[in-house]
Amino acid sequence: MIVLGRSALLLALVLAPAGVAAAFVGVRRADARWSAVGRRVLYSLFGVLSVAMIVLEAAFLRSDFSLGVVATHSSTTTPAFYRATAMWSSQEGSLLLWVWLLAGWASLAVRSGHRRVPEIAACATCVLLAFALFFVALLVLLANPFAQLAVPPAEGTGLQPLLRYPAMMIHPPALYSGYTLWTIPFAFGIGALVSGRLDAAWIGATRRFALAAWLALGFGVLLGARWSWSELGWGGYWAWDPVENAALLPWLTGTAFLHSVMIQERRGLLRTWNVGLVLATGILAVLGTFLVRSGVLESIHAFGASTLGVPFLAFIALLVAGSTGLVLHRRALLAADGRIDSVLSREAVFLVGNLLLVGLAFVIFWGTFFPLISEVATGRRASVGPPWFERYTVPLAIATVGLAGLGPLMPWLRASPARLARAGAVPAAIALATAGALLAVPPVRSHPAALATIAVGAFAVAAVVLELLRAARVRARASGRAMPHALAGVVGRNRRRYGGYLVHVGFAVLLVGVAASSSLQHVRDVRLRPGDTAAVGGYDVRYVRATGHATREKLSLGAVLEVSRGGRHVATLTPTRGFYAVEDPRLGPVDRYFSGEATSEVGLESGLGRDFWTAVEPDVQALRPMIAGIDRRFPLASGASQRFLLDAVAERYRRFPPPAAFRLIVSPLVAWVWMGGLVMLAGALLALWPAPHPVLRRARLAVPRALRAAGRA
Amino acid sequence: VRPEGHDVELLLVCAMVALVAGFVTRPLRAPAPGSASGRLRALEDARDAKLREIRDAELDLRMGKLEPADHRVLDARLRAEAAALLRRLDAAREEART
Repeated sequence: MIVLGRSALLLALVLAPAGVAAAFVGVRRADARWSAVGRRVLYSLFGVLSVAMIVLEAAFLRSDFSLGVVATHSSTTTPAFYRATAMWSSQEGSLLLWVWLLAGWASLAVRSGHRRVPEIAACATCVLLAFALFFVALLVLLANPFAQLAVPPAEGTGLQPLLRYPAMMIHPPALYSGYTLWTIPFAFGIGALVSGRLDAAWIGATRRFALAAWLALGFGVLLGARWSWSELGWGGYWAWDPVENAALLPWLTGTAFLHSVMIQERRGLLRTWNVGLVLATGILAVLGTFLVRSGVLESIHAFGASTLGVPFLAFIALLVAGSTGLVLHRRALLAADGRIDSVLSREAVFLVGNLLLVGLAFVIFWGTFFPLISEVATGRRASVGPPWFERYTVPLAIATVGLAGLGPLMPWLRASPARLARAGAVPAAIALATAGALLAVPPVRSHPAALATIAVGAFAVAAVVLELLRAARVRARASGRAMPHALAGVVGRNRRRYGGYLVHVGFAVLLVGVAASSSLQHVRDVRLRPGDTAAVGGYDVRYVRATGHATREKLSLGAVLEVSRGGRHVATLTPTRGFYAVEDPRLGPVDRYFSGEATSEVGLESGLGRDFWTAVEPDVQALRPMIAGIDRRFPLASGASQRFLLDAVAERYRRFPPPAAFRLIVSPLVAWVWMGGLVMLAGALLALWPAPHPVLRRARLAVPRALRAAGRA
Repeated sequence: VRPEGHDVELLLVCAMVALVAGFVTRPLRAPAPGSASGRLRALEDARDAKLREIRDAELDLRMGKLEPADHRVLDARLRAEAAALLRRLDAAREEART
């Protein structure tokens, strides 16, 4: 089936430029037939790329090592689930996934968009096909997933051990869905600029895609953080790693966009800002892909240096130059007539929030690319660490949480100071009470940033909850229905608004979790023998015994730890270190397990109040003489005999364990990070969910007759 | 010697190319479709959004977030915009009928 896959890719390479040309002719001549050809090329592109995806997926599942990409990213010992998802751990597979997702989302977008905004959708089709052309060309010319090996190996290298984590297999499709979905508002923004239709129509046509992009990217980032916490073995969920940052950048500018478009929809303001934001977000989405795939910056997620850097940079440069040129060309049309009436209004809060979010994105962009910037400027590559990022992002994040609470209290147009003070009094009192209570807790007192974040977070949650209750009370009074029914009615009638409010609550909860877990955690690195006890954060950790276990895939050495507090048992944790074999015939049958990659399986006890996190680093040096002896005596052992030897090593480690190094962490409110993230995702889903038609029907019926009469006047 | 299944694969490739070629070029062989229904839908969506804004403003007033005078200004503005949308919608419907 390799021929079929390769032919599908080649057909895609023919289709994409043909589609760009057809869509271009459609735009130039305003000819609906050529525009329809462009759209159909996009649908066909999705079809043929689906064929390529299926063929490659089948090759991974069948362990067809005649394909280089399968031989280097899978093996017969790789579990079936990971074989099915190993495709996107490779350069070639992930690029194919990228362009396949792009073609799929783009097909949906132009299918709905061409009916609503035909001129804009015609141009967007051309832009989306140009994106697809770039990625298909990369696939065919530089990273062909169907490249075959002259001599297929009997066994593959296997999936990178760090990626053998269930969430990690969903993480790339989520992240790439986010990136590719952002290209849709980008393309429609370009379409609006080219066609000169700069009202809010293009925003309406792509709103759901923008929201879905935000949701998918956020979900991807959250999964990545969870993977980092429970798999990477360093004891954190966010390391300001370039690839993590690259995913956060379009998410931040996208968040700003989702807020500021409401000002354009309602007031016709901020056209330049909105189009600028969406163009920046689309370009940042490509930049994120570039960072992962090029290896230009050192990262745990980067997949080594590749030949893709130059084409990516050229493509990004083209996007920046083209976007800037178009905005400048349309500056007269983009100018808005009105202005914001009052600083005490929802639109003003949105604008300030936008500035904060873009400020955050700028800080993160600067810190991420500082190594490259410094190299260009001074010839020396210097980088900035977490303290640098935190110095600037913490105050901006606190202010953003504050606005997440303040925004819902504000009406559009203008709020009177007296009414705003009344609405904000209770949330402010709750925030002050929270701050007062926290001041009594000594560890929190010495971390003012954490204290401020938690207090402001309490304000935001209280403001949103009270706002929702007030709306429900008004509806209950008007309809004569009970509060729960009224509450459901209020949310159901305006899912976009209350979905957004739920996102604000989740954001506040997430940042409270981040503030508490990063400022108030206790970390201890210790070296223990079985029977030894170490204290950390008020808990006692006893190293009970060593563990050792061999499978065909890896050798796991670990420990059983008993965690107690004040003599009371809290948890039994079993952190391990997995050693994976490297396929190198020069190494002995056991030594190859200790010369390959090793990953941590964290011992984790999660709770609402705190997480207890442990990782172990067994001292394998103590096993070296034994390993050398076995390898000398049985240099050709394989299969069952090799497994027998590994069992012997595991047994030896269990019975005579050397001291092992442990990292012990007690981190408060980590669960709040995941809970907050999930609440945010639930809010986005609520906002995405289409309003039921009866609501719209009722809304239409509620239009005063006078309004319709005025419409006819 | 050709590998087993090679012919089937070539057949599948030919079928894929033929299918795509037929599908893609179809609009050139058929009259251009009208887009009036799409424009109507876009206008209806815009009208619904504007009606939601009017309803939101009323809710803000009843919740005590807006001064009555400010609500009157906002409501008048929104209703003028809604009226303009209704005019465009009626014109588009008329155009679609003719």
